[in-house]
Amino acid sequence: MNTILGLFNYWIVIILMMTGFYIVMSRRNLIKKVIGLSIFQTSVFLLYITMGKRAGGTAPILDHERFEHYTNPLPSVLILTAIVVGVATTSVALALIVRIHEAYGTVEEDEVRGMDGAE
Amino acid sequence: MLDQLPAIQIVLPLLAAPLCVLLRRRIPLLGFALLVAWTNFGVSVALLRQVLVEGPIRYALGGWAPPWGIEYHVDPLSGFVLMFVSFIGAVTLTYAPRSIAEEIPDDREHLFIAAFLLCLTGLLGIVITGDLFNVFVFLEISALSSYVLIAMGRDRRALNAAFQYLVLGTIGATFILIGIGLLYMMTGTLNMADMAVQLPAVFGTRTVRAALGFLSIGLFIKMALFPLHGWLPNAYSYAPSLVTAFLAATATKVAVYIMLRFAFSVGDVQMEFGASGLGAIMMTLSLIGIVVASTVAIFQSDVKRLLAYSSVAQIGYMVLGISFGSVSGLTATIVHLFNHALTKGGLFLAMGCFAYVAGGVRLKNLEGIGKTMPWTTFAWVLGGLSLVGVPLTAGFVSKVYLIRGALEVGFWPVAALILLSSLLALVYVWRVVEVAYFRAPPDGAQRREAPLSMLLPTWALIGATIVFGIWTGASAGIARRAAEALLKVAP
Repeated sequence: MNTILGLFNYWIVIILMMTGFYIVMSRRNLIKKVIGLSIFQTSVFLLYITMGKRAGGTAPILDHERFEHYTNPLPSVLILTAIVVGVATTSVALALIVRIHEAYGTVEEDEVRGMDGAE
Repeated sequence: MLDQLPAIQIVLPLLAAPLCVLLRRRIPLLGFALLVAWTNFGVSVALLRQVLVEGPIRYALGGWAPPWGIEYHVDPLSGFVLMFVSFIGAVTLTYAPRSIAEEIPDDREHLFIAAFLLCLTGLLGIVITGDLFNVFVFLEISALSSYVLIAMGRDRRALNAAFQYLVLGTIGATFILIGIGLLYMMTGTLNMADMAVQLPAVFGTRTVRAALGFLSIGLFIKMALFPLHGWLPNAYSYAPSLVTAFLAATATKVAVYIMLRFAFSVGDVQMEFGASGLGAIMMTLSLIGIVVASTVAIFQSDVKRLLAYSSVAQIGYMVLGISFGSVSGLTATIVHLFNHALTKGGLFLAMGCFAYVAGGVRLKNLEGIGKTMPWTTFAWVLGGLSLVGVPLTAGFVSKVYLIRGALEVGFWPVAALILLSSLLALVYVWRVVEVAYFRAPPDGAQRREAPLSMLLPTWALIGATIVFGIWTGASAGIARRAAEALLKVAP
């Protein structure tokens, strides 16, 4: 029981990660691939936030009389950067898809490959 | 001023990139970018000199003391890599004016230059930083800008190639992020030097093993080690010539650099390679990669693609050197980073000259090109000889160290395979030479060389492969010092 509830967040991380990874690998629609990629990245954000959290910990306030345990703020700060990177990746990916749609008239990977093969 | 050199190395191209977006007119834009790139090269040379004379530099960014603040760390290895990455950046930018006038729409040239400088910033940042999370951030800066650069190719297939690279590159970078996170979880530090102290206490745990797995796979994707090289041939084939030359010479090399850092500076190589079998995996993959990719290269009719597969094989040599875990093996890897950057950069720049004049780089475009473009073709042949590893070229130096490394640990079949793969390289280089010199040029072809501003940078890189093939003391000497510093053995 403890391995399920005690590590609840980590199980969610693994499920999200595998879901995202599966979507990236299995879907042929480029937009769906980007969605999968975002889910995959998001799982890592959760992994970082979880490792910084302490049971019963407060925000990191320096007041030793009232607060004893505080949550490690560093992973959260790192993840702010990683979120920015994730947003940038998604936007570059979507911009590329717009250009692919302009050039080929489709966002299905198989059709794009088929057109290139025919040349 | 001299104390601030490590920061200037990164801040200079980083700040120059947005300024380039503002400069819309061609001459000030290119003049400014060239000034920045060559100054940046000067900075890296000054840093390398300082490191070799006075010892490693540790620079606390913003005055925040490590391990809390971000630290820049320049030792012989990172100084050497900084030097050649900024050199390749400056040379390819010198090549840019005529090349991008042909390949990039006029209204996007300033954006192209800005993305190029950002990519350079990212690559230099990865090399100079001493902070694990900072590696990830710079990795993504260089990767995102390289997706944009590749997508600017004229062929519409460049878009698809860039998208494939984006998907695989992001998966690779995210794996690296997971690996860094797991290491942070166990040690509570992100500073490389501090982690090297903390890591041995927790090394046997499953978490650290998992971290190593994630980091290795992520880096294998980034460096395009067989069988994770799927993104590379298309990306190199359809990107603008200049971008192919720059990325082929620097991006995968920097990924190999991160591998060296993680394996030797952060971790302890005996524990990592011995206990986890990572060394055996790397050796197997690199050997298969060398043979398979060289063989595939022989059957390509697009010469840019041929060189791309050859790059996959050359990455195999670098990883093979790491897998020996000895001073000779590491020297081979580090010197090959440098030699291959010069060789492949020069070859791809020559491809750009061919594309500029002949309009294409398939074998049929190159028929008889030895007569119409003798200078470019001769440069290509010299670069090709360096790929094969003929004596008096830089490629020979790397192969000698690699074979010596293999024999030292008693792997003579590996040494035999290295020689065999050189023959495969000879075959694919010869195919191009045959078409270029022994077929008649198409009727009415005039003798017409590429413009001087493209020919000179090409010859600068190809000339350097010859110089460092003869004067081996400089490059191999620094590489050896770097290898000894990594393995912490006295010279």
